[in-house]
Amino acid sequence: MTTDDAADADATAHSSAWFAAGDTESTGDRIRSGSADAPADWPTLAVESGFAVDEAEYYGKLREATVEAARAAVDERERADDRQLLHAVRAMDDAERVANELAERVAEWAGTLFPDAGTGVEGCRDIAERDPDGPAEERVVSLASRVADLDRESDDLEAFIESRAPVAAPNLAALAGPVLAARLISLAGGLEALAKKPSGTLQVLGAEDALFAHLRGHGSSPKHGVIYTHEYVRGTRPEDRGSASRALAGKLTIAARIDHYSGDYRPELEAELDERMRTIRARAGDTAAGGDGGGSE
Amino acid sequence: MTGTDASLPAGVVRREFDGRDRLATRGEPVYGEPTDGEWRAWDAGRSKLGGMLELGMETGLSGGETVLYLGAANGTTVSHVADFAGATYAVEFSPRPVRDLLDACEPRPNLFPLLKDARRPETYAHVVEADCDVLVQDVATRGQADVAVRNRRFLADDGRLLLAVKTRSEDVAAAPEAVFEETVADLEPTYEVLETRRLGRFHEDHLGVVATPR
Repeated sequence: MTTDDAADADATAHSSAWFAAGDTESTGDRIRSGSADAPADWPTLAVESGFAVDEAEYYGKLREATVEAARAAVDERERADDRQLLHAVRAMDDAERVANELAERVAEWAGTLFPDAGTGVEGCRDIAERDPDGPAEERVVSLASRVADLDRESDDLEAFIESRAPVAAPNLAALAGPVLAARLISLAGGLEALAKKPSGTLQVLGAEDALFAHLRGHGSSPKHGVIYTHEYVRGTRPEDRGSASRALAGKLTIAARIDHYSGDYRPELEAELDERMRTIRARAGDTAAGGDGGGSE
Repeated sequence: MTGTDASLPAGVVRREFDGRDRLATRGEPVYGEPTDGEWRAWDAGRSKLGGMLELGMETGLSGGETVLYLGAANGTTVSHVADFAGATYAVEFSPRPVRDLLDACEPRPNLFPLLKDARRPETYAHVVEADCDVLVQDVATRGQADVAVRNRRFLADDGRLLLAVKTRSEDVAAAPEAVFEETVADLEPTYEVLETRRLGRFHEDHLGVVATPR
């Protein structure tokens, strides 16, 4: 039965073949955007149609076109703005973490040389300004100035994220704030991946340890992951945080999908989220009066 | 010393590297693997297909086949396949590893990279030829049996499916045995399963499956 199917397919498939390119499209573009219901004996069809003189030439052309298509697709995807955000937010976190780690080392060392040495990145900034006396102080002051530099780099990266996130993901950045938006994109592995996640997954992104512990049967399911940093979760009283996280995650998921699939900014999303949060937070007042929290403004 | 082995395809040999007997193919090195002249070691610990061959599974590979490889990643395994096979179509969905895959393609005129989603065969059916001899699948996605079923259309009726099932992609919480059983059951309507083997020694929580279309 399959051989008959294949023969039928061969007769009609030719127009969908990657090498049946028109004048406007390159074969590389055709490889990227084309499609067919079923494969066919493309090498033979290509020789019959005169695209190649023999199989060897066909495979040579196929290789050239597939490599061109793959290279173009990779370049395009890696230059995309959401990729830049992903790298920037990871770099920002790395810079901050390393600055804090080194600052601890500096504080410990500087304490033996400068009796008035402060701690943390702030203390490093102060030490970096000093005139070193002798080789040991020279090293400490130099190390402290690296910490101050790293800290400045982290600030610059944050500024970069704040300027780029609204371009790459306008709705997500508006609802979540630029840094949280970048963090969600980074955790999901890209805007497209985030757009394809259900809201329940977005809600616990960044809480994977707790989630897997829960799936293994230990502990309760996490109510929120990295979205905890959002004012609407952190600023809501603990008994309503589950509802708040769910509502926020729902709107953020819609925002990510609009950003990925259409890209236009829709201010009404933010208004809807604000409205929903008012309702949830109104429960805090209602419980005192015995209401069940479904009240309207 | 080069040893020949009846279960290995032509172009794959056992050879001694640093005092250890290992699989090897002939080609340009790709990922910093040890080499000996034109031979390069095939690390069974980094390659599910390498593990299947190392364990002596009956893959039916003899060399020179037309291969569709799903889940090519950065090209570690598929570069070895292209060393002994004929036309080799390498499908990978993530752009990052494809950059490395392109390096592996550079010295291999029979290796064709495709940045495509293996769950959507219609997006590459206009490129990959019909009646491939072998379908190798190593994708880390949920629904691995479904991917194998959907890609049946590329395989010749007497072709072979060489599948590495990763249980942790299906369900991190379920017991591996349950996932293996379910995956094999999902394959059964479309494929006759010829052999299954745990790849434990080389790849934890992986099952090697050899099957042929029904």
